[in-house]
Amino acid sequence: MNIATVFEIVLASVVLGLAIWTIAVAETYSATVGFVAYSLLVALIWVRLDAVDVALTEAAIGGGLGGVVLLGAAARLRDAEALTVEQASPIVRMSAAILSASITAALAFAILLLPDPAPTLAPTVVANAGATGMTNPVTNVLMAFRGMDTMLEKVVLLLAIVGVWSLASDRAWGGRPGPRHQADPNGVLAFLARLLPPAGIVVGVYILWTGADHPGGAFQGGAVLASMWLLVIMAGLADTPPVSSRWLRLILVAGPGLFLAIGLGGLWLGPAFLSYPAAFAKPLILGIEVAMILTIAATLGLLLAGAPERSSQ
Amino acid sequence: MTSGVTVFGLCAAAAVGLGLNGLMTSPQPLRKIIAFNLLGSGVFLLFGIVGRRGAAAGFGNDPVPQALVITGVVVAFSATALAIALLLRLLKTSGSTTLDDPAPTSPHSDPSGD
Amino acid sequence: MLPPAPALATTAGGFLLVLSIVAPVAGILLAFVLGDRHVRQVAFTVIPIGLAIAAAILLAPPESDGPLVYLLGAWPPPLGVALRADGLSTVMLATTAVVICAVAVFAVTDFRPAAADARAPFAFWILLLAIWAALNTIFVGGDLFTLYVALELLTFAAVPLVCLEGRAETLRAALRYLLFALLGSVLYLLGTALLYGLYGTLDIVLLSRRVTAVPGALIAAALMTTGLLAKTALFPLHLWLPPAHAGAPAAASAILSGLVVKGSFFILLRLWFNVMPGLPGFAVTQLLAALGAGAIVVGSIVALRQERLKLLIAYSTLAQIGYLFLMFPLAVDASGKLDSGGALAGGLLQAVSHATAKAAMFLAVGSIYAGLGHDRITGLRGVARALPLSVLAFALGGIALMGIQPSGASLAKELLLEETARTGQWWWAVVLQAGGMFTTGYVVLVLAHALMPSDQPVVLTGPTPLSRDLPALALALCSLLFGLMPWERYLPVPYGAALKLFGIDGLVKLLLPVLGGAALAILLSPGPLPVISSASWNTLRSVVGLCRRCSVEVGRRVERGDEVLRQWPVACISLLLVALLLAASMFASN
Repeated sequence: MNIATVFEIVLASVVLGLAIWTIAVAETYSATVGFVAYSLLVALIWVRLDAVDVALTEAAIGGGLGGVVLLGAAARLRDAEALTVEQASPIVRMSAAILSASITAALAFAILLLPDPAPTLAPTVVANAGATGMTNPVTNVLMAFRGMDTMLEKVVLLLAIVGVWSLASDRAWGGRPGPRHQADPNGVLAFLARLLPPAGIVVGVYILWTGADHPGGAFQGGAVLASMWLLVIMAGLADTPPVSSRWLRLILVAGPGLFLAIGLGGLWLGPAFLSYPAAFAKPLILGIEVAMILTIAATLGLLLAGAPERSSQ
Repeated sequence: MTSGVTVFGLCAAAAVGLGLNGLMTSPQPLRKIIAFNLLGSGVFLLFGIVGRRGAAAGFGNDPVPQALVITGVVVAFSATALAIALLLRLLKTSGSTTLDDPAPTSPHSDPSGD
Repeated sequence: MLPPAPALATTAGGFLLVLSIVAPVAGILLAFVLGDRHVRQVAFTVIPIGLAIAAAILLAPPESDGPLVYLLGAWPPPLGVALRADGLSTVMLATTAVVICAVAVFAVTDFRPAAADARAPFAFWILLLAIWAALNTIFVGGDLFTLYVALELLTFAAVPLVCLEGRAETLRAALRYLLFALLGSVLYLLGTALLYGLYGTLDIVLLSRRVTAVPGALIAAALMTTGLLAKTALFPLHLWLPPAHAGAPAAASAILSGLVVKGSFFILLRLWFNVMPGLPGFAVTQLLAALGAGAIVVGSIVALRQERLKLLIAYSTLAQIGYLFLMFPLAVDASGKLDSGGALAGGLLQAVSHATAKAAMFLAVGSIYAGLGHDRITGLRGVARALPLSVLAFALGGIALMGIQPSGASLAKELLLEETARTGQWWWAVVLQAGGMFTTGYVVLVLAHALMPSDQPVVLTGPTPLSRDLPALALALCSLLFGLMPWERYLPVPYGAALKLFGIDGLVKLLLPVLGGAALAILLSPGPLPVISSASWNTLRSVVGLCRRCSVEVGRRVERGDEVLRQWPVACISLLLVALLLAASMFASN
């Protein structure tokens, strides 16, 4: 057993320990904290699995922004959750444990029996990378080979926004999402909110730019931008925009809109929907990604802010 | 076999089981949402294992499952945000977060028909 | 590399499949930007375009030339994603377009954006287009992961529709729906990961050539099937359906009940008939149909016990979903493979008939609700005189659903009954007949109340515009006349399955479900019956009273059981039990 295997076993055990803690601990807030720690360590597993793109996404969106959403909700629900004391009956808990254990066993069995050598599309991805002029294979898959999934998933994000907004009360419709944050203008939060965003924006854009050839891309960059925006909002330096704002809505559809337009361009002028002419593939894809990073940043930020609560006046 | 596959594969299977268990037994909706995220992370890890096993052509991980996971993570995040927005709205409207229906009324007791 | 097989190259007309997805998606984006005032306009611009696209696909060269295929980005699978439309997709695309169109006309007044309350119209019209985009993607998607994204798109569009009115109980219903649907899609995704690990592709056609009965594939199939069953709300995984479908606004209920549950059902068909026809085997199909039979019995009995019309129809949906699963055992051929023959055609026809009829019924109930201000079944007296068109639409939709000729449901039943005879599985013929009677039971119950004259004139509390009644009537008529359509072009309907409209045979087929249904309604409905005041009843009363008391007691027990099954932990336990049972029976037969 070499040192790498030992590290992997230790990492897996800590991750599992955190997962058990998340499920078993009595208090919801502790469970949430446990889950955030779990997500960050899972990002490490992704690095070990040589999937750095996913590790970045998992850390930024799964652990980072997801953690903020869950922690915020846990804080707001603290009193209400304490009221729900009724526990599942022992019979239910016992059968739940047995059944989930059987599913785990079946899954482990299936994983251990996966074929060797494993089927893979990696060589095919490499062979076709020339068509886009980009060398990050994951970006190629997301933007070219499986562009349809990525475009539809942008629509999913937009629908999540529509869903969250639709939960506003009729009075607050068109207003600003979330509570107005106030922070001490000389406090540490306001200090960070002035200090970090310039650097954060550079990092976010760099992650997008480098995503053409190295791990990174619009999702990860967008998550960084979204967190900078949230920091500024939390520090009270800016307010969330009213949901009726036209420019906000334009930003929210920019990514899928441009994707769709370029896709249709491929249908009319080129060989197929979502195909890129070889000479312009890279600039076109980068253009879509620039629009997407804005859309993703705005969408993620607004999903965190929640439903409109205050009229815009 | 490529390093890490077995250990993390079992880890993924366990995360799925734990997530399912939490989803079934937690009485609080927020805990259910967290358990759903745990379950989802187990499923994504499984994609990671599959990709890792398919390491080839100079890549340590098949890029196709990686791309699927990135899409999946974003979808799971949106689902979490929507579920939490619903939960907060429910709390505001009804003052509680329980998912059980209020006690059903069953006035059907007279089968005689008049 | 092999030369691309027919299913792996773009065909002429394949671009129509792209447009069928792109049109509603573009509508969503445009409506979102233009905002509150213009959403309805955008929707009504997109709907005719979508209808035209569906019609063009319907008129494209028939199935014998192979399915329509489109390779997105010109990348062939397994690297790229293909869209394909066979006869099944074509029929579903067309039905969806028709139902969406009718519901949109119905919703014109309810979701007028000029009103001060702009939130609900904004959400409704965008979500309506989103459901359309998601369903079209499901019908033409050729890749299991694209189908997953479409499935999530469908969930994200359906859930907010449930709680558009913002009442606490609808929020609760929406959250339950969302959580259970997410659980379902995660299980589906889990199976997808295993399939990719086994075969290195998620393309349906490529998978169908590579899938073998290895343990991993069986586990994947069991997990995916269970996830899809949870999203389809097959008994006993239906905890979310009744409150969600009954609590939504009428137009949304029509979409949710008529179309949304068919999305996951369609993926299930793809999975079993296209991806792995050889895997399920006899035991699994019997299990699925048994759950379907359970859904018919429980759903119908509980429907008969409802006081509110919307809940009755929601429970009827539960029963009708069960009906859809009766085709699986009938489609197994001699070698144990699922054969895309008459049984599949019957099942799909049933789905299409239910989509139109149920949407019509929900719309009709929406008009009745808007007119009366309530939907209590016992308070329906006199409504037939006050709102004749709404009641007519409800009645026609109900008649279509019962399987009275020449409805689509009757042709479906005919096809399925033929298959029971051919395969010798008489027990499913019994369930099929019983299902028809149960359906008749709750339709007759409602109509009996609605057709009774009222002692005092019915006071209408709301406007009853024709724009509400006409779409409901049109959908009901569609469903009622579906039996006369030339299905052979799209579905494997055996030649000579045309309906025999007249003669003794037809009369028996008409009377059997009606009489049986009336008896069931009398026996199982606990409320006061509208016919009771007649004198002849009093003499029969002593005889029937005892039977009725017993059967009502049985019904009460069933209702209690349903309440238990709809508790969250119990439903989750059922879910995993179903998964394990499916896996075990697949292992047993392979």
